[in-house]
Amino acid sequence: MSATTTTAAARTPGTTTSSGARGLRRLTVTEGRLFVRDRGNAFFALVFPALLLTVLGLLMPWADEPYDAKDPVLRQFTAITGYTPIVLALAVATVAFTTYPTTMATYRQRGILRRLSTTPLPPSRVLVAQVGVNLGALLVAATLALVLGVTVVGVQGPEQPLLVVGAFVLAVLSAFAAGSLIAAVAPTGPTASGLGAMAYFLSLFFAGVWLPLPLMPDAVQDIAQLTPLGAASQAMAAGWFGQPFPGVELLVMAVWALVGIPLAARMFRWS
Amino acid sequence: MPTPVIEVDHLRKAYGGTVAVDDVSLHVMPGEIFGILGRNGAGKTTTVEIVGGLRTPDAGEVRVLGLDPRHDARRLHERVGLQLQESELPGRLTVREALDLYASFYADPADPATLLADLGLTDRADTQYQKLSGGQKQRLSVALALVGNPEVAILDELTTGLDPHARRETWSVVEAVRARGVTIVLVTHLMEEAERLCDRIAIVDAGRVVATGTPAELAARASAEQVLRFRPSAPLPDGLLDGLPTVTSVTAADGAVEVRGADDVVQDVLVALHGLGVRARALRLEQGSLEDAFVSLTGRSSTDDTAAPLDTSRTSSRTSKSRRA
Repeated sequence: MSATTTTAAARTPGTTTSSGARGLRRLTVTEGRLFVRDRGNAFFALVFPALLLTVLGLLMPWADEPYDAKDPVLRQFTAITGYTPIVLALAVATVAFTTYPTTMATYRQRGILRRLSTTPLPPSRVLVAQVGVNLGALLVAATLALVLGVTVVGVQGPEQPLLVVGAFVLAVLSAFAAGSLIAAVAPTGPTASGLGAMAYFLSLFFAGVWLPLPLMPDAVQDIAQLTPLGAASQAMAAGWFGQPFPGVELLVMAVWALVGIPLAARMFRWS
Repeated sequence: MPTPVIEVDHLRKAYGGTVAVDDVSLHVMPGEIFGILGRNGAGKTTTVEIVGGLRTPDAGEVRVLGLDPRHDARRLHERVGLQLQESELPGRLTVREALDLYASFYADPADPATLLADLGLTDRADTQYQKLSGGQKQRLSVALALVGNPEVAILDELTTGLDPHARRETWSVVEAVRARGVTIVLVTHLMEEAERLCDRIAIVDAGRVVATGTPAELAARASAEQVLRFRPSAPLPDGLLDGLPTVTSVTAADGAVEVRGADDVVQDVLVALHGLGVRARALRLEQGSLEDAFVSLTGRSSTDDTAAPLDTSRTSSRTSKSRRA
């Protein structure tokens, strides 16, 4: 009885709340449509990580060789398995540094945020919708990459799946925190796109897309460990291969998220 | 007398050291088209942004439909539609999607399909925003300002950047909207637009309202002096017209004469000419216009360089620029 009363009471403040929820739902669906309507977006955010992993796995002679013949743990994994956490980090970087901040800054530049602020729906809802759409795209991209990786090029499953998932979640939080800083202040789409591209390529480098981190000089590895996606790539790899617990990497990502998100929220320019 | 829909009293707003709005007071009555006329930078946009709850004033009182825009912004936005300058939409959003989306933000929205038909956009419903013409974008913008079924619509520089045809089209849209019973606040720097559409106008200059009234009332204030132009059929003796008591100035050039003066100047001049057997050919009497009122009230001519917004050549160059873009 008391439960029913509570629910009813919670629902009564009524129409504005429900039109707000309806507005946010509609906005998210619309932003999702616009996301896939942009072919470039759709390709790089949704398909590219899976394509990269399968093409490398099928074409590269090293793909089926041991990831590291000298390492007693790593030699049990194929090189393409070793590349998988890197591809996941790339998928995160793509949405967090390119599509998401560029769209938000373009909306600021074109007065779309201003137009929204003339309606009963707060303009912050478009940020919520954008983050939702980009996270959705990332989930599709990561799932697609994993499914194709496992079925087509024989990627081996992770030793500690929960740790990999946890590291992935932190990777998302820290990368979106950094991306949000760009989204918060970039006055125009091209500015955000430039800053985002810089963050994106640095991230790919530190995540080991071009050269796996263990092969890089120690100094580079130290710096990589402090970047969201360098840390993400190493933490996911540690979970994948059952290496020692990546405490430092997880901490680095948590700090990026805990500092970056509130900072971006404070700096966000709504017009 | 009905209660004003919008009451603005002694509004003031500065950005840093720049005073955008110095002292603006206006009352907008239900059902009217109220014009806010002034040059760019006169403080018009800041004023309506405050009225629309997008900015907080430094001083002054604002009530809109009995609400305080500062504290009731959300309730205000349910009832007041705002069309702002330079507010675009995502390029790949279609006209129908835009209206459906914005309709979902309101508790009691208008029917998007009816609105599309009213604004002549039905055949563009599935066109993406980036492929619309300037006039179509403006009409969509008006449609979005109306999709919440507002009691008041604030339209800021509605026809800037439109060619004359699209401009006229947009004007008839505004008249149609008023016919639905919506009170309209029209912000403009175009004389012709204000004169054609507005029931009452507030002329704003340097952050202050310098006059408020119907276009005819404002014009009448400036027409204390009448202007008479003609070509005399024979040369006039020097001093003939200057000597008349109602004449304030006479200028002659290329055989044409321009006479300015008070009330009865027309009759006095014609009588004087008649006395010499001279005819006034190509006679034109300039009636006081809103433009004259504007110039006399703001102390600057519309072709003044600093008065760029009123200058027609500047307006048309902006038009062609935005068409190219």
